[in-house]
Amino acid sequence: MKKIKYSEITPEKIYNNRRSFVKTIGFGAGSLAISSLPFLNNAIGREQDNLTSYEDITTYNNYYEFGTSKGDPYKNSQNFKTKPWEITIEGEVDKPIKLSMEEISKSFISEERIYRLRCVEGWSMVIPWMGFSLSKLLSKVNPTSKAKFVAFESVYDPEQMKGQRYPVLNWPYKEGLRIDEAMHPLTTVVTGLYNKKLPNQNGAPLRIFIPWKYGFKSAKAIVKIKLVEKMPTSSWMWASPREYGFYSNVNPNVDHPRWSQATERIIGEGIWAPRVKTLMFNGYGEEVANLYTGMNLKKYF
Amino acid sequence: MKKYYKPSIFFLSLIPFLLILYKIIFNKLGPEPVKEITHFTGEWTLLFIIFTLSMSPLKKITKLNIWISFRRMLGLFLFFYATLHMLTYVAIDYRLDFQSISKDILTKKFIFVGFAAWILLLPLAFTSSKKAMIYLKDKWKKLHRLIYIISILGIIHFIWLVKKDLTEPLIYAAIVVILLLFRFNIKRYKN
Repeated sequence: MKKIKYSEITPEKIYNNRRSFVKTIGFGAGSLAISSLPFLNNAIGREQDNLTSYEDITTYNNYYEFGTSKGDPYKNSQNFKTKPWEITIEGEVDKPIKLSMEEISKSFISEERIYRLRCVEGWSMVIPWMGFSLSKLLSKVNPTSKAKFVAFESVYDPEQMKGQRYPVLNWPYKEGLRIDEAMHPLTTVVTGLYNKKLPNQNGAPLRIFIPWKYGFKSAKAIVKIKLVEKMPTSSWMWASPREYGFYSNVNPNVDHPRWSQATERIIGEGIWAPRVKTLMFNGYGEEVANLYTGMNLKKYF
Repeated sequence: MKKYYKPSIFFLSLIPFLLILYKIIFNKLGPEPVKEITHFTGEWTLLFIIFTLSMSPLKKITKLNIWISFRRMLGLFLFFYATLHMLTYVAIDYRLDFQSISKDILTKKFIFVGFAAWILLLPLAFTSSKKAMIYLKDKWKKLHRLIYIISILGIIHFIWLVKKDLTEPLIYAAIVVILLLFRFNIKRYKN
């Protein structure tokens, strides 16, 4: 089993110092790009958000393809092969394409995007992802006017993913977004985190991340993106339609049928840290609330 | 030899508590320590339910009365771990925020069931002494049959909280059902 060498890890203290250095030095091109995007700093009603440690981000995962315990993905994914990797973009598009991971890395420049991840189970992390907006990728294929939704499909490989040998979920993992959600600049194609290649347990080589939705909406190890006319059924909707809706926006006012969503625990803060209030749209309301104007979010949960 | 049985079981039963104490003090609980403590104490509560329910079947099978003499102590440990479990939720996780807690109890069925099970344990814990046994006579046995209901509530509590993978709660459920069927069968044979 390949383990992450300690020397490969930037201690988050150093990483944080580096970041605050970039911030204080001010207006370099890089930091301009960073500060022009609506990031975490906008989240209201929270104390200082600290980055979750690299260790916690990479050892505490929900990734049922590699097992249902939080430690399973780290343990069972180290030998997972992500080369070669190809992503198909098809469906209601003018130019369906197949892209290799190399082509994607060459054509799209990943930037640092610090977002909060809120799991439907009631915990959250703050993760410095590397990635770019999904809209850039989708503009390559010219979606037609019939493209109302985007369906994501993760890899199916029970040989390598032992969780897929059991029917815990409807494999392969499927997720979906409405086209305007998919085109929103916050919707990110993730290629790395903490300035490193994306670890297997976090969805390598490529995953999606939607900061204002519960974590399960952000599918990992994606092989197919299909633009479709009808609302796709995600794996979790399939598993329990009463509990998991298509939208799954973070919403403290709409509880999961079995547990409350009003508060969350921040990973890595220790035993005596209090729960914190969960924010509407995970704190990204200013950017995304307009996508849902006039919608009853209790009904469309 | 026999006089060492009870103290040994007492110390064995304390091991999970010492283990979690060690993990708390030395910070060995991982990224989500509160959930870890909650799950750990919950799991041991269920295990002690199983231990307690196993004593009379073991007596029947081995034809040894000694098992019954451990039963009350195991039951008290069950109560001990259930209380730690409940207190982790009330005092550590929700920091005595009784508004949120009471809302949870009333609106979330798995919490309601868990809380109900803990309440039902109270009369059993209070009447666990020899004195109470003598005082209550036949009623004691009837009262303590509440543990059958408590065990079922405990299992339902576990089943309802699990997100998707039901393997573990169903294993517990199967064991508890077998242990309860034992009682049912025995009574039928007697009649």
